[in-house]
Amino acid sequence: MADGSIGLWTVPLAVLGGAIRVSTPFLFVSLGECITERSGRINLGLEGTLVMGAMSAYGISYLTGSPWLGVLAAGITGALLGALHAGICSLPRVNDIAVGIALMLFGTGLAFYLGKPLIEPTAPRLPAIDFGWWSDIPQVRAALRVNVLFLIGVALAPILYWAFRTTRWGLLIRTAGESSDAARAMGHSVLLIRLRATMVGGFLAGIGGSFLSLFYPGSWNEGLSSGQGITAVALVIFARWDPMLCLWASLAFGGAAALGPALQSVGVTSGYHLFNAAPYILTLAIMIITCSPKRTLTGAPAELSITR
Amino acid sequence: MIIGETPPPAGAFGVDAIAMTMRFGDFLALDNVELKVRPGSFHALLGENGAGKSTLVKCIMGYYRATEGDILVGGREQAIANPKDAHALGLGMVYQHFTLVPAMTVAENLVLARDDVPAVVNWPKEMKELEAFLARMPFKVPLGAKVSDISAGERQKCEILKQLYLKRRFLILDEPTSVLTPAEADEVLGMLRDMVVKGELTILMITHKFREVMAFADDVTILRRGKLAGAGKVSELTPDAMARTMIGAEELTVQPLRTGEAGQARLELAKVRALDDAGAIAVHDVSLTVRAGEIVGIAGVSGNGQRQLVEVLAGQREQEGGEIRVAGDSYHASREEMRRHKMSLLPEEPLKNACVGGMSVADNIAFREFDRAPFASGGWWLNRGAFRDDAKRKIRQYKIKTRTPDTPIAALSGGNVQRAVLARELGGNVEVLIAANPCFGLDFAAVAQIHAEIMAARNRGAAVLLVSEDLDELLELSDRLVVMFHGEFVYEARTSQADLTVVGRHMAGH
Repeated sequence: MADGSIGLWTVPLAVLGGAIRVSTPFLFVSLGECITERSGRINLGLEGTLVMGAMSAYGISYLTGSPWLGVLAAGITGALLGALHAGICSLPRVNDIAVGIALMLFGTGLAFYLGKPLIEPTAPRLPAIDFGWWSDIPQVRAALRVNVLFLIGVALAPILYWAFRTTRWGLLIRTAGESSDAARAMGHSVLLIRLRATMVGGFLAGIGGSFLSLFYPGSWNEGLSSGQGITAVALVIFARWDPMLCLWASLAFGGAAALGPALQSVGVTSGYHLFNAAPYILTLAIMIITCSPKRTLTGAPAELSITR
Repeated sequence: MIIGETPPPAGAFGVDAIAMTMRFGDFLALDNVELKVRPGSFHALLGENGAGKSTLVKCIMGYYRATEGDILVGGREQAIANPKDAHALGLGMVYQHFTLVPAMTVAENLVLARDDVPAVVNWPKEMKELEAFLARMPFKVPLGAKVSDISAGERQKCEILKQLYLKRRFLILDEPTSVLTPAEADEVLGMLRDMVVKGELTILMITHKFREVMAFADDVTILRRGKLAGAGKVSELTPDAMARTMIGAEELTVQPLRTGEAGQARLELAKVRALDDAGAIAVHDVSLTVRAGEIVGIAGVSGNGQRQLVEVLAGQREQEGGEIRVAGDSYHASREEMRRHKMSLLPEEPLKNACVGGMSVADNIAFREFDRAPFASGGWWLNRGAFRDDAKRKIRQYKIKTRTPDTPIAALSGGNVQRAVLARELGGNVEVLIAANPCFGLDFAAVAQIHAEIMAARNRGAAVLLVSEDLDELLELSDRLVVMFHGEFVYEARTSQADLTVVGRHMAGH
């Protein structure tokens, strides 16, 4: 043990570390999308928001020297993209899915264009809290270096769960998502509620992006996101629009994504790319298991364009 | 005048709408209509579909801004620009379509409806207050239950309770009893009537049920095609007089007399089972035989499995178990079987379930036969001329009001869509007819025509299965009556011997 070799224990440890590290963007994007979808709208553009958030966080962190300002900038960028999505969708006869796809391409394209000069320089990164101080084993310490954003995300899930039940905003968002007729009959503006929900969703997705560029992997390049944004949108569906299930699903995805690298580190190299595809296989498998031609999804907000 | 500047004194107050005119583009929905609702009265607003009843009350509630006209609340002129203004004045409305959020609990729905929902809801305190409120109210509802899990009757009570919880003292009810059993309707309206008599409430009820007008209303206002057709005290009017005022000079189709006796079994269901969209059992092993020359009516409050049963027969839903036989042959709702057995379907919501909205009236009429001679040669080359000629003939015969046979069917009114479906389904020989709420939301003329066609099909020897939420329709048309509750047939009787109170009790599950 003294040489730090812990044999096959590396795999579960790496999966645990991965679950914590890789899951953070999934967590933020899915919680954001959860808010947006509960208000009755789907924002598929969150992939673009994620990449824009990553780029703007890196840029602002590099320019100001403060990674936390970068996180804030990422959130604001996300909120603006959310406002753009909600604004376009509030026009009559506009389909939110088509707008989402357009904004996904727009967001990634814009981020690559604006982010060209940011590939070279190194920006200050977000700090991590060392929860592995008690251990001598470097792998344990590495796995337990936890970023503050992850902790915020973990705290956010139960807060959202509580807020959907007991706050005015939670109830209004659910009303708009379940029955726009009911919301209108009470004199609320459904479009305004959805605008705000989409902006908050974009804000969180932007922060998810800042984690990518400022912590893990921790640099800006065009291959930064491997579809985390769009996967997180799918994740909301099988988390049944429940923030707590979003948390568990994000952790499961993070763990699955870390499987390939973890196996490689213990010398299992055959099928490396197959194991890297684990999150996507997981997505497909869960979708197939949970779908049924005879039932509608339980828990789905009734106003979503996919359930109507 | 500033809204809410002079809140009306406590207790019931009246509302007057004076010289209301509402124009939507070229269409005149309301033409100089007057409505006077006295404080502390139960006022009925009668009229056919499209007569302008909903438009009028939506103007009062601030959904629409009337092109011309004034609203007086408690004798004072008020500018009601949106529903919030109306709420501030103490006006509330119960809509025909429920405005409760199905995925939320009753308590959540009630608290949510308030204008001053606290930023953070203190649920223990709210529940205590809600329970105290309910204790003062004439009806009870389960506070903790999800709205999607309670019955239609309970939902309607919730809608009304919601308005009372919000301290509304002028209530507009839009066809409040369309989803209730007769007994439930009497209970709800009776309790509201008591509150009116005590001077706590004024009620304006949109309805088309004369029975309820006669039993509960003090005054009545009747609209016809956007104009005021009549008004007066209910005690001085008869249902006949009101019906004539509603319809005007229009001639109604005369229903043929019931002739002939039931023959051989045509449609047989044996332990048929089906699931609903959530995967729960909606139709629970039901068995039934419908004979040639007989109308069997299925009564029941909406949501007791009738829709799923009709969808199985129409081929829109998979059958989970049991067997369906038509004229002795096993039946799986394929197009070929329907053709062979001369089956016809009048599903509910015909525009959604029986038509393609964007396709022309002629195409929609041709759906059953479009790939057969004379409409097609060799099964693939379509003869558009034959479509049009056939459609023109049927449009005349069934009095379908459409500009041309090429107009998209979605542009037609509900009555005319149903007439087009009727022309397609009953235009040829019919041996089995399945109809579900065929007259829902249609005007008198269309209802009379559809009832006459169904009776004529029966007299020609068709086996008719009529599913309806309108008990009066079933009592008028059917030879035998079956009550469906929670997916099962719980009562059966010859219609001539059926006891209305017993039927109502079974519909409510007692």
